[in-house]
Amino acid sequence: MKPSDWLMINQQPFKIAIASGKGGTGKTTLSVNLAAYIAEQEDVVLVDLDVEEPNSGLFFEGKLVHEEDNLKMIPQWDESLCTLCGLCPKVCNFHAIMQLGPTILVFPELCHSCYACAELCPVNALPMTPKVIGKLRDYQVDKLHFVESRLNIGEEQAVASIAKTKKYVAGKYAEVRIALFDSPPGTSCPVIEATKDADFVILITEPTPFGLHDLTLAVETMRKLEKPFGVVVNRDGIGNDEVLRYCKAENIPVLARIPNSRKIAELYSAGKLIYPEFPEIRESLGHILDYCLSTAERSPA
Amino acid sequence: MKEIVIISGKGGTGKTSITASFAVLGGTNVVLADCDVDAADMHLLMQPDFGNEHDFYSGELAYIDQSNCTRCGLCRQICRFDAISVIDGEYVVAPIDCEGCGYCARVCPTKTIINKKLLAGKWYISNIKTGSQMVHARLETGADNSGKLVAKVKDEAKAIALGKRKDYILVDGSPGVGCPVVSSLSGANFVVLVTEPSVSGLHDLKRVHQLVKKFNIRAGCIINKADINPGLSNDIKLFLEKENIAHLADLPYNEDFTMAMTQGETIVEYRQGTLTALIKESWEKIKVLTNQNKIK
Repeated sequence: MKPSDWLMINQQPFKIAIASGKGGTGKTTLSVNLAAYIAEQEDVVLVDLDVEEPNSGLFFEGKLVHEEDNLKMIPQWDESLCTLCGLCPKVCNFHAIMQLGPTILVFPELCHSCYACAELCPVNALPMTPKVIGKLRDYQVDKLHFVESRLNIGEEQAVASIAKTKKYVAGKYAEVRIALFDSPPGTSCPVIEATKDADFVILITEPTPFGLHDLTLAVETMRKLEKPFGVVVNRDGIGNDEVLRYCKAENIPVLARIPNSRKIAELYSAGKLIYPEFPEIRESLGHILDYCLSTAERSPA
Repeated sequence: MKEIVIISGKGGTGKTSITASFAVLGGTNVVLADCDVDAADMHLLMQPDFGNEHDFYSGELAYIDQSNCTRCGLCRQICRFDAISVIDGEYVVAPIDCEGCGYCARVCPTKTIINKKLLAGKWYISNIKTGSQMVHARLETGADNSGKLVAKVKDEAKAIALGKRKDYILVDGSPGVGCPVVSSLSGANFVVLVTEPSVSGLHDLKRVHQLVKKFNIRAGCIINKADINPGLSNDIKLFLEKENIAHLADLPYNEDFTMAMTQGETIVEYRQGTLTALIKESWEKIKVLTNQNKIK
């Protein structure tokens, strides 16, 4: 794919999501190393969508170029207008509104910002107002642009922050060819939000029974989303070869195998990049990138 | 009956392997609850019989009946999740985007939109190899409401523990600080934080501990792979001291955890060595600390 072609046709970056069912299999390791590798040649944007525990940023010392609050709209009760008609608790499917005698209670953590209560209230006594639920920060180190959002502790819903972060990236980095999304672990709503508009998904796993089990869940999720995806095996050499056998049987491409090594674990623990010290990993990153971009040629614009 | 929750903030620090080891040590006196419902792995070590299976319905999904739709477009206008689009002239709901708020169904002038109850997962009560029982679940791919399923799993485990007069419920939590973690912490008597000495491990530990503090629950910490970065291990210990978190053990970097896992065993069954001794010691400490707990 020529850089200009993808951007010209799609007017937005080629989006690669790095995900896994199981936590701690190497999503962040792969994301930061791949981003730094690409940034040797061209501009790239790395987006940390694990808003509950974002840590891609621990691997770079970037210059902060932009910062903004992540907001969530919640209803605020206006006692002076309220007639206590009892409609709002009935229309809230998330039990975020309760009527207690002459008082309406709003539980912001449970609210999904659907606006039903606010707009169906006959006297406009529940206007939607913004609440700060976290912060978005945008950093830069040379050609590497790094965007993260972190959810305030006690806020339960990651999805709105993830959506907002993607929107920011789409607006600001429309002219960067490649965007990498470091996704949260699991298979539930935050992962769906982080991967649903990716052009390619890399599932990273480890060759252990837990790794295999959670990989099968992640594969199911990606198939449901109809995403093109491939697998990277991390800590290759420990455990057994069931993951490789599974990928073969299911016809899933294995894009790279990162060796199990105490040295890698030590570098990671100190917040350092791995590929500068391991020529074979540099080579693997090249393979992974080529494969991801080759799907761009195959996929319809 | 005391409820002990094992969490970590960061994934892959060894929560499940350690929880399963405690379950084996606790034997028939422990009811297990696997509350990492997104990516539940405990069953791989516990030989559950999946004896008792239940559907878990939670949340709704809007569905538009095309035969009665007048194509007025109101539903699309009011949907804050951009879940309704027009395809070949028909208004269609994208299940992946629908939050199930039900707003569209309420305003539809011809009442042509209905909300369907969603099968969000399944939960099980199983007999396990320790001679006790485990409550576990499987969330449907991409389902919302994992917090509610966590609450369900915990409630069932509590009911079993009370009914059978067990002393402990062990709850294996999920990574992160969001809704499933909040749900697994509510009502707990003691929290075990499993971390590793990496920049991410410490960062995530600090965040998840802020959440634990909000619940005012006493906590202890196990540092796994402690020798991989002695400097950071030290930083973690300083943090524990400052925050009054009990330091339970330093576990060395050891691939026996993985070897045991490939055999479907916990480390305490697999090999009687230093690692097993340290885990036994931690379990004894946890029991003492949990029973000292004055908060609940």
